[in-house]
Amino acid sequence: MNFITIDKKDWAGGIDKSRKTYRVFGPVQDENGCQLKPLAPDVYPLMDAGVTVMSPKSVLFPQTEKMLTATLDESSEDHHIMKPVEKDNTPRVVLGIRPYDARAIQMVKLNFDNPDYQDPYWCEAYDATTFVGLGINRPDSCDFSTSAGTGPFSEEGLDVLMADLDDRYLAKILTEKGETWAEACGFDTSADAAESQALFDILRKEAEKNITASVDTDRLSEKSILDLYEAPFWDDVAFSCINCGTCTFVCPTCWCFDIQDETKHKTATRFRNWDTCMSPLFTHHASGHNPRGSKVQRVRQRFMHKLKYFVDKYDQGIMCVGCGRCVASCPVNIDIREVCKTMNNYEKE
Amino acid sequence: MDTCIEKIRTICADLLAKGEVQKVIGFAEGSIPMASRPIAVTSKDDVEKLVFNATCGLNLANYVSEALPKDGKIAVTAKGCDSRNLVTHMVENQVSRDRLYIIGIPCTGMVDKRKIAALFEDEITDFIEEGDTLTIVSPQKKEKVSKTDVLRHNCRMCTHRNPVVFDVMAAEPVEEQSLDQPFADVDQIAAMDPETRWAHFQELTKNCIRCYACRNACPLCYCPTCFVDESSPQWVGKGQDKTDINTFHFLRAFHCAGRCTDCGACVEVCPMGINVRDFTRKLNKDALELFGWEAGLDMEKRPPLDVYSPDDPDDFIK
Repeated sequence: MNFITIDKKDWAGGIDKSRKTYRVFGPVQDENGCQLKPLAPDVYPLMDAGVTVMSPKSVLFPQTEKMLTATLDESSEDHHIMKPVEKDNTPRVVLGIRPYDARAIQMVKLNFDNPDYQDPYWCEAYDATTFVGLGINRPDSCDFSTSAGTGPFSEEGLDVLMADLDDRYLAKILTEKGETWAEACGFDTSADAAESQALFDILRKEAEKNITASVDTDRLSEKSILDLYEAPFWDDVAFSCINCGTCTFVCPTCWCFDIQDETKHKTATRFRNWDTCMSPLFTHHASGHNPRGSKVQRVRQRFMHKLKYFVDKYDQGIMCVGCGRCVASCPVNIDIREVCKTMNNYEKE
Repeated sequence: MDTCIEKIRTICADLLAKGEVQKVIGFAEGSIPMASRPIAVTSKDDVEKLVFNATCGLNLANYVSEALPKDGKIAVTAKGCDSRNLVTHMVENQVSRDRLYIIGIPCTGMVDKRKIAALFEDEITDFIEEGDTLTIVSPQKKEKVSKTDVLRHNCRMCTHRNPVVFDVMAAEPVEEQSLDQPFADVDQIAAMDPETRWAHFQELTKNCIRCYACRNACPLCYCPTCFVDESSPQWVGKGQDKTDINTFHFLRAFHCAGRCTDCGACVEVCPMGINVRDFTRKLNKDALELFGWEAGLDMEKRPPLDVYSPDDPDDFIK
């Protein structure tokens, strides 16, 4: 593993160099809060920003993505034949991604890239992307990442992990992709490996100590699905819910989508959009029947998926990285930490 | 404002103990600073969970229809705006008066959480409300601010702080505000030239994620299937196309014409902080200026878009 040190004076220049080969994404502040966006040539990532309102999942899985297109012009030979749209899969780099968000990308990967299915759109975008994470020195109060199997300095899913040392970044190059990115930026001042690792360990421990929120997930896998499904607490959990899609849209691990065809003039386009299990439409059958017709059923589904079905199916813990976005953004203060506790502690009477 | 909570709890415990209502809809303490959570209390032993403070910015009229049991009554705590939406619900036949026990709460306004957050560079870790004084704490600093200075815009513009309908009041009525310029924000947008105005609304919705929190938090939006959710015909695309996003916002606003009480719940819940009231406020102004109408004040009157009047300001209808 090699370590490099990046003087903050050289940071912007390095980013500029990398723009020749990379599309650069990073956190920026706008009037609607902190967002992760593709950066215009004169914009630099806000590395000390708080957690972004939306997660970085959109870099690989945009809220609306064109998949196929066809011409409806019958004078054209290939009319009505759906064809893949051209994608910009030139290298891209996400700067300042939070370590738990990189772990979340690996979770989403289970859905889009597995032995049974490989989603070409997601996979190609994934292959083109380098994730440069920044360790979180001061976790916020909604962060419960350490009890969700990741943490403020977790390395999983990252190509580079950086630590903010006031006047410089210390960067741990974790993959070949990471190395290529560092080269493209011209960052080549190597740092002593043993010393650097020791420093990372100290920072990680300090940061983990500052995480005040936690959830117990140890008993979820031993619970019976039906007991949890039929548990009496769902009405109370769901009461305040307004069934908006906020929690699922801000979530870095929610991967559900919906396919839509639209036509405009002589062009047909097939899109995929983020879907949300909070919406009645999510399960609305063509017959008119809706197996999840009520709010409480939908709320239960979201938590059962994240905290039980996923746990059972993948044996990789909960489908949550503890970023706290849904806790902070839920307009009616439904708190997944409380629900997880209720589920983990539930005993059927 | 928490001073009336003991009275609210006493009233609720009494109603539940006597079986006069099956549940009480109110607010509970949230799990993070500056948050509160709508709650249904069904036992007198749980009334301690009820709170009322300047973070209770949702509109509880939104919860009434769904919470209503087959028979019997429910109680609901209602600020001025909540009560006006209850009236609107009754006028629009969504709930009948005799099914509700309304606990009126005179309100001195709700805080603008984004405005408060903007006062701090770091995260807010504690929020204490004592009368008009708010003590807000972050890891870096502790600040005392006057609630009046950080009120939501709709609360600053509110002229109906006292509930307009109630069975019992939780406190003495508060003084109503009188405003010199009740629609300065609307006038400012109206004064823009068309291109600037268009650009303003384009900019306003640029981060909309179509979560529909604004719609779902609104007591007026009770259509069994919203037009954006129709699939046959599909009126509007479901993606992030700008035209589709705008169509949703424009139509939602028009659907609220003459019905909106400017309770601010739509802005309160938007995860992207979009001031969606920029759409509805103009319609409220029109309703007032053209029809002398403010929504939710009178159970006996039909809303202006629901009636024909020979002195209608528009010629085409005469």
